[in-house]
Amino acid sequence: MGLRSFFDRVEPYFAKGGKYEKLFPVYEMVESFLYTPKTVTTAAPHARSYIDMKRIMTYVVIATIPCILVGLYNVGFQVNSAIATYGASGWRAWIIEALGIGFNPANPFANVMHGLMYFLPIYITTLVVGGIWEVIFATVRGHEVNEGFLVTSMLYALILPASAPLWQVALGISFGVVIGKEVFGGTGKNFLNPALTGRAFLYFAYPAQMSGDTIWTPVDGFSGATALSITASEGYQDLAANGISWMEAFFGTIQGSIGETSALACLIGLAFLLITKIANWRLVVGCLAGTIFFSTLLNLIGSDTNPMFAMPWYWHLVLGGYAFGLAFMVTEPVSASHTNLGRYIYGALIGFMVVMIRVINPAFPEGMMLAILFGNVFAPLIDYFVVQANIKRRAKRNA
Amino acid sequence: MAQTKRQMLIDPLVDNNPITLQVLGICSALAVTSSLQVSFVMAIAVTLVTGFSSMFISMLRNHIPGSIRIIVQMVIIASLVIIVDQVLKAYAYEISKTLSVFVGLIITNCIVMGRAEAFAMKNPPVASFIDGVGNGLGYGLILMLVGFIRELFGAGSLFGINILQTVNNGGWYVPNGMLLLPPSAFFIIGLLIWAFRTWKPEQVEEPEYKIQVVDAH
Repeated sequence: MGLRSFFDRVEPYFAKGGKYEKLFPVYEMVESFLYTPKTVTTAAPHARSYIDMKRIMTYVVIATIPCILVGLYNVGFQVNSAIATYGASGWRAWIIEALGIGFNPANPFANVMHGLMYFLPIYITTLVVGGIWEVIFATVRGHEVNEGFLVTSMLYALILPASAPLWQVALGISFGVVIGKEVFGGTGKNFLNPALTGRAFLYFAYPAQMSGDTIWTPVDGFSGATALSITASEGYQDLAANGISWMEAFFGTIQGSIGETSALACLIGLAFLLITKIANWRLVVGCLAGTIFFSTLLNLIGSDTNPMFAMPWYWHLVLGGYAFGLAFMVTEPVSASHTNLGRYIYGALIGFMVVMIRVINPAFPEGMMLAILFGNVFAPLIDYFVVQANIKRRAKRNA
Repeated sequence: MAQTKRQMLIDPLVDNNPITLQVLGICSALAVTSSLQVSFVMAIAVTLVTGFSSMFISMLRNHIPGSIRIIVQMVIIASLVIIVDQVLKAYAYEISKTLSVFVGLIITNCIVMGRAEAFAMKNPPVASFIDGVGNGLGYGLILMLVGFIRELFGAGSLFGINILQTVNNGGWYVPNGMLLLPPSAFFIIGLLIWAFRTWKPEQVEEPEYKIQVVDAH
């Protein structure tokens, strides 16, 4: 217990009246990261549970592991495949060559290593810049830095394209953490998903680096549209002609942001979150129902000019950010509705909006990000009406 | 009189700013601040309209029947706005095209009406004029700040003069496209309010409700 006694020895310096009183949040962050948090709820209402916030957040990070692995593989796979035609350049290729790994897209290890070369800089930038903001706010406001940021930073890094410039990554996470979370009081008080807020900021601020055909695989000269933009221009029937089968979209060897391409990996993560009851299944059911209902309705209506109308629901689920958003962002407990009935409505609203934005709005081929942010904004209102309806019903019963 | 004339002019700049403290006139602040030049013209226009409308309303204040005072105020404000609009069309046609409907909408700007109702109806003309100009300048100050940030970082220029060479013109600066969209002004004004209230904590409002903290027992 050398570490524990070290913490106990230095604690007086950070406690009230100590030399580094102001830096207590930093001490608290490191300590509670390594040990069980000591603080317990003091004010009513009390709910006893075996699970604390630290464990919730850690579970979500664990649930993203399949997405990370497949994401790393896929980024490397896409890059290595493109390198065969366009040639390698840049420091990443230099490191890969120095290590003697090579650029063979049939070699999974080479793919994962090359994917790491892209993912790690993005992730480290996110952690450092976002972490600095967290510590600044924790120090000034006197609340603690908690593991929620690990989730935010992981999700944020996974929904960026592999080619994202690092200064934009830094700007986006700054916006997400400060505007999406800290201005509302920090973890648990944010009504928007901070990772998505940061991503949306980048999407609108730097559309050239965040959307289009050339950004998903960072190889000079390579151009590959996402499955959704192919569908928007040519229809989903043409996906096969572009070399994308449903199974490929399901396993995730297609163009897209780092962690979002594989519906299977997202499903595994979602299953883990559902079993551990971190995610509420009502949100998932609501979202799926909304999407299936509305996209089937659009299938039936049909359109001569817009090929997106014909896309069946099972394609909607595996393309773009749908699976990732469903698994990790729709189910986020803080920004979702808190009543059970509200959860169905909230989920359905998002499921409906995704299809709405994807199909009917020509400006955005992908709609998951905007749909979830839209749902976030409406979540408190949905809760309000559910609670009011409940009060009315009970008042009538007891009248 | 409670305030000196100097205070009337200075107070609305920071201590009682119509945008950041009273949160009035937000609509036009979002719409016209994408470039500094337009913000500047808008600021002048609003300052003149607020100043003169307050003065004229104050001159007439003892003759305006209470029941129709809003209508009378509107007539005065609308006349002034039409003059501003015509002058802009005559001498700065390009800018008046950019400002389009927002010059006309000065009529409905809460700051103009607010000063007329709150100040000019109860105070003599000169004081009203100074108060109106002060509030117009407070509005203009925020407009210019927002315009400065949006044009500098959104387009890399100030008053149309290139400051940060953008990538498209062979420079290094990648312009932030969101700053050219009206919603960005929301964030900037929000951050400005935050900065102002950190600087002057007395501007912070009482929280609407507090989370109860019960001592452990």
